[in-house]
Amino acid sequence: MTDTTPERAPVAFVASGEIPQAPPPPGETGLRHWVRENLFSDWVNGTLTLISVAFLLWTLPGLIEWVLLHSVWNAKSLDECRQIMDESFGEGVRGACWAIINERFEQFIYGRYPEELRWRPNLAFALLFVALLPVLFGGFPGRKLLFVVTAAYPVVAYFLLWGGSIWPFFTFVAGVLLGILALRAIMSIDHPIIGTVGVAIAGAIVVVALYLNFVWGPLTDGLTGQYGAIGFAPVESAQFGGFLLTVIIGVVAIAGSLPIGIMLALGRQSSLLFIKFVSVVFIEAIRGVPLITLLFVASTLLNYFLPPGTSFDIILRVLIMVTLFASAYIAEAIRGGLAALPKGQYEAGDAMGLTYGQSMRLIILPQALKISIPSIVNIFIGVFKDSVLVSIIGLFDPLGIIQPILANAEWQGIYAEVYFFVAVLFFICCFAMSRYSMYLERKLKTDHR
Amino acid sequence: MTSITEQSQGGFRLDMLWTDARYRSSFLQIVAFLLLMLAVGWLVSNAIANLAALGKDFNFSFLGTTASYDINQKLISYSSTSLHWEAAVVGMLNTLLVAFMGCIACTVIGVIAGVLRLSKNWVVSKLMLVYIEAVRNVPLLVQILLWYSIFIESLPAPKQFRENVPEGERATLWFDMIAATNRGFYVPRPVFEAGSMVMLIVFVVSVLALFLFNGIRAKYQERSGNEIPNALHLFGQAFAIVFGLGVIWLLLPSFDQGAFGIIWKLVVGVAIGAGLGFALYSMSTLSVRVAILVLPLVIAYYVMGQPVSWLYPELKGFNFTSGEDASIHARNSLMALWLALSIYTGAFVAEIVRGGIQAIPKGQSEAAGALGLRPGRIMSLVILPQALRVIIPPQISQYLNLTKNSSLAIAVGYMDVTGTLGGITLNQTGREMECLLLLMAFYLTISLSISAVINWFNERIKLKER
Repeated sequence: MTDTTPERAPVAFVASGEIPQAPPPPGETGLRHWVRENLFSDWVNGTLTLISVAFLLWTLPGLIEWVLLHSVWNAKSLDECRQIMDESFGEGVRGACWAIINERFEQFIYGRYPEELRWRPNLAFALLFVALLPVLFGGFPGRKLLFVVTAAYPVVAYFLLWGGSIWPFFTFVAGVLLGILALRAIMSIDHPIIGTVGVAIAGAIVVVALYLNFVWGPLTDGLTGQYGAIGFAPVESAQFGGFLLTVIIGVVAIAGSLPIGIMLALGRQSSLLFIKFVSVVFIEAIRGVPLITLLFVASTLLNYFLPPGTSFDIILRVLIMVTLFASAYIAEAIRGGLAALPKGQYEAGDAMGLTYGQSMRLIILPQALKISIPSIVNIFIGVFKDSVLVSIIGLFDPLGIIQPILANAEWQGIYAEVYFFVAVLFFICCFAMSRYSMYLERKLKTDHR
Repeated sequence: MTSITEQSQGGFRLDMLWTDARYRSSFLQIVAFLLLMLAVGWLVSNAIANLAALGKDFNFSFLGTTASYDINQKLISYSSTSLHWEAAVVGMLNTLLVAFMGCIACTVIGVIAGVLRLSKNWVVSKLMLVYIEAVRNVPLLVQILLWYSIFIESLPAPKQFRENVPEGERATLWFDMIAATNRGFYVPRPVFEAGSMVMLIVFVVSVLALFLFNGIRAKYQERSGNEIPNALHLFGQAFAIVFGLGVIWLLLPSFDQGAFGIIWKLVVGVAIGAGLGFALYSMSTLSVRVAILVLPLVIAYYVMGQPVSWLYPELKGFNFTSGEDASIHARNSLMALWLALSIYTGAFVAEIVRGGIQAIPKGQSEAAGALGLRPGRIMSLVILPQALRVIIPPQISQYLNLTKNSSLAIAVGYMDVTGTLGGITLNQTGREMECLLLLMAFYLTISLSISAVINWFNERIKLKER
């Protein structure tokens, strides 16, 4: 235990240098070790391996033959398909007849959307990714600029998909601007007793209501008369179908349900009893019933609750119900995020003197949303999958497209191929989304617990 | 403090309603209430006007009228002359039936898949990964329809079971008791004769005895430190052996099949029997519990002269007989729905089980190992009790999802409550509002009672800390 180490004569049994690393023993590396460790570590494990390998040998070859080796890609009918199989693979050998997908591919994607107008949904779909880019990924130049695209996207997409004249929308936006101007104008008047903000809001509402009632219609008609209907050729909702419809339902439902869901989640946490009560009832009622009953409501009941004489189209009604459905689930996901935040975060916001709105916007929601993003993505996947339910109420989503095929004389007897195709289509989308949610989870994990 | 006094000195201004914390909350709630009432009033007045325009009213008397449609899968007697409310009840029972069957099957599938997913065996765990990902990412409706068409298109027709069909093409019963045909599955129907009441009573008594045993056993363990007395331990092991042999004996009833049939039965029967026997042998406490439940029942069965018998599927002409005095006929719509629901929900259950087991820190199993517990006991005494706390609440909500998803039955024509009340009854009577209200009330009742169960459970298992 002294500071100075005395010089010592080298001792034979003390190593003077580092011993070179020896390779691990032969049984501890390489394929053999891996196989023994992972497949045959004990007899239970070995049996499991054998059973699963036997299962794979039993199913995989047949599946591969059916899907790839013995399949037919070009034919006009199922009979022709079978004939080709008989000729090229031997009598009675049956594979998948992908010719049906080949023939109906466009229908699966677009439904009965007019062929010459299909560039519009294509463009809308491409723009969707541009619009989503700044939302989904961060840290690239020009992100702020792209948010403009995101903000304008709903309107652009609507015009691309449904077409129609731009005037009604144009005049509607004018009305909204008018309302904002009115709000500003009345805000500048300070009344000693009534106060400012309330009057301003009430005034703006009155102005907008008057505008919508008396000016909007005539102005639109006038502009249309003056300049003609400027815009794209309109496409009716009945012509929408296929995967296009699925994507529309999914995107609208998630975009619409996020704000509603946030409000419901905050409402459920609120100290205002009545608002809390309403939020809880809404969330539980929606979550307690299957989506299909809500779709029945959309298809048979919703028009009852609108002013007599109005009737708006089924896709819009479905979008409303699916959005409400998704928002109840999103609200629960966000509530989970809110509940996961330590109480100190709320108290810190109050201690800083922030108003409720400020502390929610600046402190609570950014953290709560971050926590709940994975479950939000999962809800989105669920809504995306559930959108096939609209085929039950007679819309032509990919599953709805299948029904006429099964009844078609030329393709009578085909079933596995079409379901398989739709399943693969959905699998690709949903799997990609679930991987994205995992990526997000990793990216957003900033804690060091 | 100054600002507060200033505020209270100033006169009342309208904007204090939301700038002043004293008035804000009441004001906001009143505004929200008024807005909601306005909205509801608007909707209701619209509905009244619309109904009046169509000459309809809002009442439930249609439930008492004749349904005049048939339901092919039913648990209680029902015919086309029955009333609409009876059709609704048949539908509800059908929903509950498929939900109940699905919950059991999805638990079995999910637990097996979840445990295998965690297995160190690479092939098995990857196989389970493929199952989970493939099933979770494909819409359930597609799966239901796919299974349904596979059943209808590829199962043999009943006439292929006939004796005169050549050997190679003839279809055979599964395990000599289940006929899987393109018209549905025919499953043995139990027939309860006089004396089965005694068996029921015996069973109830043994369930009570089981509770009694559990209580006594816990006290014994507290007092002595041993789980059960040595004699009982030996009895449990002996029972395990007898039980295993009994299962083998039960599973090998007849050898009248081809060579493959015998080997197949021998392998399956011996594997199941030996597996159960070994499992019980190693857990003698569980074995005693099983003995308390099973043994009196078996004795009663033989003492009463075998009062329960089975009606096996029987061919009559080109079809299997059906009806009250024949085997149970489960339509393909039910079977496809059941299978698809169980497989689909099983994938979610598997993830829950995996998550629950992984949520237990590694230190727990290491500590148990350091105390000298063997892997089986580590699992049953340390890991599972803690993992179940994590697993059960989401598991129950999966049951709820399964029940709600069973409404997709309408796509394959299984007459659940959505198919009767929300389908044919709705279309026949044109009572959209009443039917959908009842339908939603039914599902809401189920889900609210299930969430009540979850809440009760969560409250009960909450870690009691400080």
